[in-house]
Amino acid sequence: MSRPALRAVETVSPPEPLAAATAEVIQLAPRAAASTLGWLKPKAVAFATSVVPPLLMVALLLLIWEILCSGSNASLPPPSRVWKEASDLILDPFFVNGSQDIGLGWRVLTSLQRVAIGFGLSAIVGILVGTLVGQSTWAMRGLDPIFQVLRTVPPLAWLPISLAAFRDANPSAIFVIFITAIWPILINTSVGIRNIPQDYRNVSAVLRLNQFEFFWKIMLPSAAPYIFTGLRIGVGLAWLAIVAAEMLTGGVGIGFFIWDAWNSSKLPDIIIALVYIGLVGFILDRLIAALATVVTRGTAAN
Amino acid sequence: MAKQVPYLLVEQVEKTFIRNGIANNVLSDINVAIEAGEYVSIIGHSGCGKSTLLNIIAGLTPATTGAVLLENKEVNDPGPDRAVVFQNHSLLPWLTVYDNVRMAVDKVFSGRKSKAERHDWTMHKLDLVHMVHARDRRPGEISGGMKQRVGIARALAMEPKILLLDEPFGALDALTRAHLQDSVMQIHATLKNTMIMITHDVDEAVLLSDRIIMMTNGPSATIGEILEVNLPRPRRRLELVSNATYIKAREAVLKFLYERHAFVEAA
Repeated sequence: MSRPALRAVETVSPPEPLAAATAEVIQLAPRAAASTLGWLKPKAVAFATSVVPPLLMVALLLLIWEILCSGSNASLPPPSRVWKEASDLILDPFFVNGSQDIGLGWRVLTSLQRVAIGFGLSAIVGILVGTLVGQSTWAMRGLDPIFQVLRTVPPLAWLPISLAAFRDANPSAIFVIFITAIWPILINTSVGIRNIPQDYRNVSAVLRLNQFEFFWKIMLPSAAPYIFTGLRIGVGLAWLAIVAAEMLTGGVGIGFFIWDAWNSSKLPDIIIALVYIGLVGFILDRLIAALATVVTRGTAAN
Repeated sequence: MAKQVPYLLVEQVEKTFIRNGIANNVLSDINVAIEAGEYVSIIGHSGCGKSTLLNIIAGLTPATTGAVLLENKEVNDPGPDRAVVFQNHSLLPWLTVYDNVRMAVDKVFSGRKSKAERHDWTMHKLDLVHMVHARDRRPGEISGGMKQRVGIARALAMEPKILLLDEPFGALDALTRAHLQDSVMQIHATLKNTMIMITHDVDEAVLLSDRIIMMTNGPSATIGEILEVNLPRPRRRLELVSNATYIKAREAVLKFLYERHAFVEAA
């Protein structure tokens, strides 16, 4: 009973698989050949789509700038003149020709050192005080209004008073960084601590975690996404503040370099310094963001 | 049983929440004794205070009056001797499955077990709930049923005197739920733990429990009735469908919940 049926299937089936097979071979062959290239291609495309548009825009903006500033009575130098007069600053960032004549790389590093100290201090103090404020209702009631007022004070308004207190330019500049960067860190940390789910508190209660264990194992990881948001805003503000502070305090930093260049009417130098500052600020922001994704992985997913 | 001290004794427990100066009596006159190795379910309509009762036993919520005695000692604070399996699993999302359990093991057995022993203990508990294969994954990467398994493993890892389960299968789909119920029955048969489970599922209560505590509606909810389920173990859900004792027990709970203490919709 089954045999005729089977035979019927056998006799009917050959043409179809054959057709399908030939069709598939034609389809598969180029795919197999392109496997290595196929692996590279999406990456190359992704790279091109993320790099080419900004490069094109930069070229376009430079062109517009060149056209706008090419007149003989233009007040600002066109990019061609910037390159002609200040290309040494770009090409060799680490030259040393004397105590005040050094490459922009060294100046940026000096400024970064100040930022590192000031921002590091504000991160430590901000996270600790933020934890306290987030934990205690009374600390929040007492301190939060004060913080909300202090955080609106512009960075440079702190400078005279810190110069009076420290009687030295360098610690004053660091203090300005500290006091500028601390508020977003502190406020974000306290919000993160306040938002720790009751579930996690219950878990730690059942496990009888002590205060210290609770802080390290529950609080910090749970509030980490908030803390890193604060750190990212903070590092941006710190970099904004250091340039302004250095303009006034002098020394070797990138901020003073701009002020110095202005006083000696070297506009191309100022433009190059601006590019440096922008790029370094961008890198700082990316660094904190990258650190955040490493440290807080898995936290956002629940 | 007359003179002997029960394993867990809940005595004259009453709970009143005071919110904005208005007292709200949630539980009153709760008295129950639970023996070692017993599986007890607490069932009742939502809002009847069954979660509050479990939290009082866990020590997470203090009772207004009355006391909870475990092995004749009063317990007021939460502790690993009364491990809780939370309704929404409460795993720490930044830790892997293994680390979630290991954290509990490290805390409870620090000084009592060596590092290698603690590792073996963690792996053993993960094995009990069949989660060894996912040990390096994070809670965000596993399904709801798997998360609850890890939650159970973490609670078991504390080697609790009593395991408290707060609607452990409430957020799961029916098939996963049945699967986990079987796992819990298996664990109960192997480890002979004392378990108290909150549920609002009649079948689940009858299938798993030795006794079912039925709560009246709030406010001032109390224990309405306690039903003994005299079904032999191991129990198999398919065989029980036509079992007369099972059907009777099920009917008794349903009648209690929907005839005598029907849920009154609070507008």
